Formats: sequence, C-alpha cells, structure tokens
Amino acid sequence: MSDFILNEVRKRMYLDSVALMRISRVIKETRGVREAALMMGTPSNQEILADAGLLADSSKGAQGSDLIIGIRAESEMVARTALAEALNQISAPKRQSEAETVTEPRSVRGALKIQPNTTIALISVPGEFAIAEGRKAITRDLHVMIFSDNVPIEQEVALKQEAQKLGRLVMGPDCGTAIINGVPLAFANKVNRGNIGVIGASWTGIQEVTTLISKFGGGISHAIGVGGRDLSSQVGGISTLMAIEMLDSDSATTHIVIISKPPDTKVIEKILERVNKSRKKFTICFLGADDIQVPWNARFAPTLKAAAELALSKPIDSKPLKAGDIRFREGLIVGLYSGGTLCTEAQYVLMREARRSVTSNIPLKGVSYLKPDDHISDRVIDLGADEFTKGKPHPMIDPSTRDEMLRNTLRDPSVGAVLLDVVIGYGAHSNPAGNIAAVLNSVPERRAAVIASVTGTDDDPQNRASQQAILEQSDVIVAASNVDAVRIALNCVQSGQGMG
Amino acid sequence: MSSVRKESAETGSVSRRSVGLLDSPVEVVNVGLEGFYQELKLAGVPVVHVSWSPPANGDPKMADILSKLGA
Repeated sequence: MSDFILNEVRKRMYLDSVALMRISRVIKETRGVREAALMMGTPSNQEILADAGLLADSSKGAQGSDLIIGIRAESEMVARTALAEALNQISAPKRQSEAETVTEPRSVRGALKIQPNTTIALISVPGEFAIAEGRKAITRDLHVMIFSDNVPIEQEVALKQEAQKLGRLVMGPDCGTAIINGVPLAFANKVNRGNIGVIGASWTGIQEVTTLISKFGGGISHAIGVGGRDLSSQVGGISTLMAIEMLDSDSATTHIVIISKPPDTKVIEKILERVNKSRKKFTICFLGADDIQVPWNARFAPTLKAAAELALSKPIDSKPLKAGDIRFREGLIVGLYSGGTLCTEAQYVLMREARRSVTSNIPLKGVSYLKPDDHISDRVIDLGADEFTKGKPHPMIDPSTRDEMLRNTLRDPSVGAVLLDVVIGYGAHSNPAGNIAAVLNSVPERRAAVIASVTGTDDDPQNRASQQAILEQSDVIVAASNVDAVRIALNCVQSGQGMG
Repeated sequence: MSSVRKESAETGSVSRRSVGLLDSPVEVVNVGLEGFYQELKLAGVPVVHVSWSPPANGDPKMADILSKLGA
C-alpha cells in the first residue's frame, strides 16, 4: 500500500528554523509516520519537501511567507493524527510571558525606537532574506552579524561593499561566532578578557583558539567572525581588513590572531600588506596553507593549537595521560566532526605530520574526496556540511545527527581509533557529551579507541570539566585540544609505546 | 564614542554619527532565531527581539529590492 501524503498550508505564519525542526521531530516520532517536515514555503524549501516526497499538489500555491506542514504516513488516519499534533505544538504558548510578545517590534526600525543605542544586529533569518535584513541594519547605522547561511556570494559582496562605505562591519554570512567586549554572540564561549584579538573566517576555529587561550592563562579582547568566504577572491577580505583596522586601533588589543582556511593568493597579499603596516604582533593561521612568508611583526601557525600557543607566547601542555590510556589497535582513524575547521585541522595533522592517506567530504589540498569503496584511507568527516544539514539541525545544536554514523563506525572492525569533537558554549546543545556517552554505551563490544577534545570553558553553560568527566566515564580519552586528540589517535594506531 | 541615533520621519534613514563596534557597550537587535535572544537576555545583555516574518509575501527578490528602497 502506498504512503499517504498530507499537507497543510498556514498562510502568513512564520516560525524560526529551530522551532520548525523541534516540531518536525515530534511529528516524525508518531507511530506510522514515515517522514515529516515543517518549512517556510520558499522555493528552495519547496524543492526540499518535494525531494523528500512530502509535497502534495495542494501546496503548490504556497508562498515564502506561508508555513507548510508536510507529512507522509502509512495511512490517512495516522497522517491526520500527526497533523493535529503539529497544529497543537504550533499553537502552544512559546513563552512563559505572553505579554512580552506584545511589545516585540516587527522590524529593525521598530527595534531601534525601543533600544536606540543598539550597536549590532544579529541576523539569523532564512538565507534568502538575510542580505535584505542586513541592508536595513547597516543603513540604520548598525554593525551586522549574519548567522544565516545559503546566501549567494554576489549578495555578500554587495552588502559588504555598501557597509564598507558606511563604515559598518558585516560579520558573516555564515558567521557562527563573535565575542565583542566580552559578550558572546551566537555560538561563542565564555572566555577570560585579555589583550588578544581574534579575527576568524571560521566558526569553530575561533572557538578552539579563544578557549585554548583562555584555558591556558590568556584572555580575549574581542573575537570578530567575518564569514567563511570573506577571504575568497570574490569578497576580497573586505571584513577581515576592516576588522584588522578596528583591532589595530583598539587599545585593549596588543596581539591579533587571524584564522582562515587557505585564502585566495591575492587576498593573502592584501592582508599581509595591511599586517605589515601595524605596530602590533600578529599570528597568521591559514589552515592547510603551505608555509607563507609573513611580515616582521607576524608568525605563521599551521594549526589552531599553534596559533593559540603563539598568541600566548608559550607552549600548551598536552593533557597528561594515565598509563594504559593508549593501547595499540591496528586500524584506520575515523573522525566524526561537528566543527568544520576542527575537521580541517585533523586532516592537516594526519596528512602533513603522519603522512597518512586521508579522505574527507571537505578535503584539504592533498586529501581525497570520500569514496565509499576506499577501505585503506582514514576518513575525516564534517557532519555540519550542507549534505548532512539540509533541512536538519546542525550537529552542534542536535548531536544526535552523529549517532548512527558513530554507532556504525564503532562496529566497523577496520577502525582502530575514532576522533570526536565536543563543541560547547552558548547556542550549542546542553549536553553533547551525554549524547556521545549514550551511543558508546549502546555498543559495549567496541574495539576502537575513542578520543575526543572539548572546545569550551568551565564558565560555559555546559561546563567543560563536567563534559570531560562524562566522556571519561565512558572510556573516552579526552585530549587538551583537537590537535592533541589527533596525535593520540595516531599513537593508538601506530604503536603501543604511548604518546611520544 | 557617542551612540546618538536620530531617525528621519520621512526616510527612516539615520544620522551618520557612527557607533564604534569595539568601544561601545554591546546592545543587540535580534532578527531571527529566538534562542539567541533568550541567551543574550539571560546574560544580561540589552537586546530587543524582532518578531520577524518574511517580507514581500516571502518573495526574496522583492524583499531585496524593497530593502534597497529603504523599506
């Protein structure tokens, strides 16, 4: 018997993506429901719904401002029961205080009437609308942080050029992290204040570097995210150059760290030219780039950990390991990452330091793309990449998206070591380590060593030490940094001698 | 740096007395995910949440044009 597809279109109803995913998940758990999703009716979302077999002809007139509920179930009765539950969830009060909702403005302009000294607009609307909202903000004298992804690059260039003329900074699109004057924005960590400024075209890269600096005695003046494409040839480093200018003029900042995946060659020249004009010290971390010639006042860091060490002017001790922590297990290394930059850093260490054959879905230069029939290479996977998050929450928000792959990897006899990242802080899941522990405990017969690092601080809502303790209770080796985790994994599969 | 902002009744544009990003206390307008608003509020950061819905009947191209016209 074929499935029954049921759609409901709610005209001019908007719910944010987190609320939509939460309700979608509840509906999916209804017995007899094969698939379900709640999405705004933009053209791209309608395509996703159609691909998932969730779009009935009745919804084809829906607009981007309409909410579509799509349910595919084993029978009409099941589908209608699930729809009733979805509508029930939608109509449930979203806040304790309904009075609060009444005072909410419907635009940036309205918000500024309530809070005229606003400095930053934090924008996380669907990508198709992010630039329009960003433009409304910069023309009202605000700096902008755009968390939204799926923004066309030509729109990013246009907005950044407009903002530059107005003296406004655009952080993003796809900017997940910033810390301004000690205030963590979106996915950031509670770090110590200090003299080190960070500029990053990389979300988890900023988190790893700022938390390592904080944990090992330093502090952060500001951390400015610029979006993953800022140092591309098209964007030309507009926001990075503005951020350098700002930190160079900032009296609280004496050392500036710049983090990115390898930028465009001409953009590198522009950045380094500007660095050369500063009297402050710089650390340049272009992950995966070959050693580049940096100016007199800068040092090159090949990894995030090295960047933190150069900024601190001291080495970071690796966590002392208890005897017996490392046991030799022949096999491959598989990394299942929620942080894209941590995934890139792992590739770098495996390929450049250990000269192993590595595959990834976000391959560095010299790394091959993942191949299902490759049983001799290490696999390092970014589970936050588009192919895993289309219509689904990011694994930092919902770590269960890693569960099935982790379970399969633990059961794979060819795997000797599994690498995991646990990224905590504001915006992240409340207990990612607990989620990993539950999966590990469901596979008691595992042979692979499991090695993780926790990107976060003890002042974060999840508490780094607590997350570490949860992992260690499940026999996970917890390293001081992602680089250390990779090196421990290498020791596990390469020798029985313990860490060198 | 002063953060005075004056809005023109006709155009909705603001005066150009720039508000420094790094030398002013952080105050946020949140447009989108409500979770970001809740976390900032819990942390004691001044923040206003915009009850956003897709403009221009959810037509991204029209929304872009309208934003250029200052709407």
